[in-house]
Amino acid sequence: MSEQQNREKTDEPVLRIRDITKKYGENQVLKGVSFDVQLGDTKVIIGPSGTGKSTLLRCINHLDIPDNGQVFLNGHEIHGSKKDISTYRRQIGFVFQDFNLFDHLTALGNVMLGPVRVLNMSKADARDLACVELERVGLREKADLYPAQLSGGQKQRVSIARTLAMNPKLILFDEPTSALDPELIGEVLEVMKDLARSGMTMVVVTHEMGFARSVANEIIFMEDGRILEEGPPQEIFYKPKLERTRQFMRKISELYGKEDNP
Amino acid sequence: MVEFEFFKEVILPKLAEGSLMTVLLIVLSILPQVLIGILIAVGRVYGNKLVSRLSTAYVVFFRGTPLLVLLFILYYGLPTFGIYLPPVVAAVMGFSLCGGAYQSEYVRGAIQSIKRGQMMAALSLGLTRSRAILFVIIPQALRRALPGISNEITYLVKYSSLAFMVTVIELTGAGKIIAGRYFIYTYVFTLIAAVYLVLVSIVTRLEKHLADRYRYPGIETGGH
Repeated sequence: MSEQQNREKTDEPVLRIRDITKKYGENQVLKGVSFDVQLGDTKVIIGPSGTGKSTLLRCINHLDIPDNGQVFLNGHEIHGSKKDISTYRRQIGFVFQDFNLFDHLTALGNVMLGPVRVLNMSKADARDLACVELERVGLREKADLYPAQLSGGQKQRVSIARTLAMNPKLILFDEPTSALDPELIGEVLEVMKDLARSGMTMVVVTHEMGFARSVANEIIFMEDGRILEEGPPQEIFYKPKLERTRQFMRKISELYGKEDNP
Repeated sequence: MVEFEFFKEVILPKLAEGSLMTVLLIVLSILPQVLIGILIAVGRVYGNKLVSRLSTAYVVFFRGTPLLVLLFILYYGLPTFGIYLPPVVAAVMGFSLCGGAYQSEYVRGAIQSIKRGQMMAALSLGLTRSRAILFVIIPQALRRALPGISNEITYLVKYSSLAFMVTVIELTGAGKIIAGRYFIYTYVFTLIAAVYLVLVSIVTRLEKHLADRYRYPGIETGGH
């Protein structure tokens, strides 16, 4: 892993989404969302609860199928049969708010499952790979513990290792620290910062403003199923164009403290 | 009272033969019963509309009709269509089909108790739905369903006696023949009750063994 990766943009973004809409019953959750993510970018999505941020992430890898709009991964549109969609999904990491580790498998087993059952890797190779990925999140010595024996922060780090084992083109993080006790948040953010530094392409939904300010290349402010404003952290934090963004930033810093999280 | 010689020479061989047949019926029925249970449960929870409805219909039919009637149909009814099943086959089929319907309810309950996130995480790794069911959902569901599955097998031990109604000389049947011939009902059927009790105890021990073997932290599938 090289240090700070060259931010030179290739012409094809890793992820390009266009006019995604999604409706649950009468509730129009997404009202046409578009953005691009370039190789090595960390994009942070912020906004009030219930504005469709999580739905947007799930639509990106088709855990929820969008009603309209397109998602392109390295220029290839994600669509087709269920099998085709699985092929896309394996290239897109997903880290859930509540971890969703497989309860019946050890940390090692969790990380091995994808390589063995999706990439058809031999168990021995998958074990080696899983050990490397667990090492990367600092949990090599917890390999034989089950999810119920791990702390929340450790669970989330295992789930990041599980995703890394698939060697994804980008990783989507859905409020990865929201279910954690405050003292466990730091260890997860630390792993994510390392990933960003190593050049991993990431889209992160979070309320951690410290993380957003120090790691994001760009911040997207979403409300009511739409992107209201997007720009580099300095702009969104200190001189947002919209009054609504300013209001939200003020409220969130009151709620979560001045951005002095690790 | 019955002489020991008589017990050893006459009663014991007959009951032993019958017990062996009972064990055979049970052993042959367990696997198909559990497999049918898993398939029907998966069909109901994850199948498309058609599969889900067919699976539900299966359960409605086999839970809603008496096992004895099913056995009569299989053994005495099917010959009408030119299908002649040997008695043991008819009995095992009946036990599997009917028990499978009950087993499916235990498995379905277990599947539905698994958090949605487990499936989402599996899909997000790129597993197809069927692989996610196979490698993530089923292993967890079976551990949770184990007490129910084992419960149904203890029923199986006892309703295996219905095989006698389609001419299989299993334990109860053997007992009835010998008890009737020598008019020693209380004696024979007390012995038989004891044998069933032992068989059920074995099932319970097996359940505990499996629960211990496949226990994982966070789920308590059996005693400590």
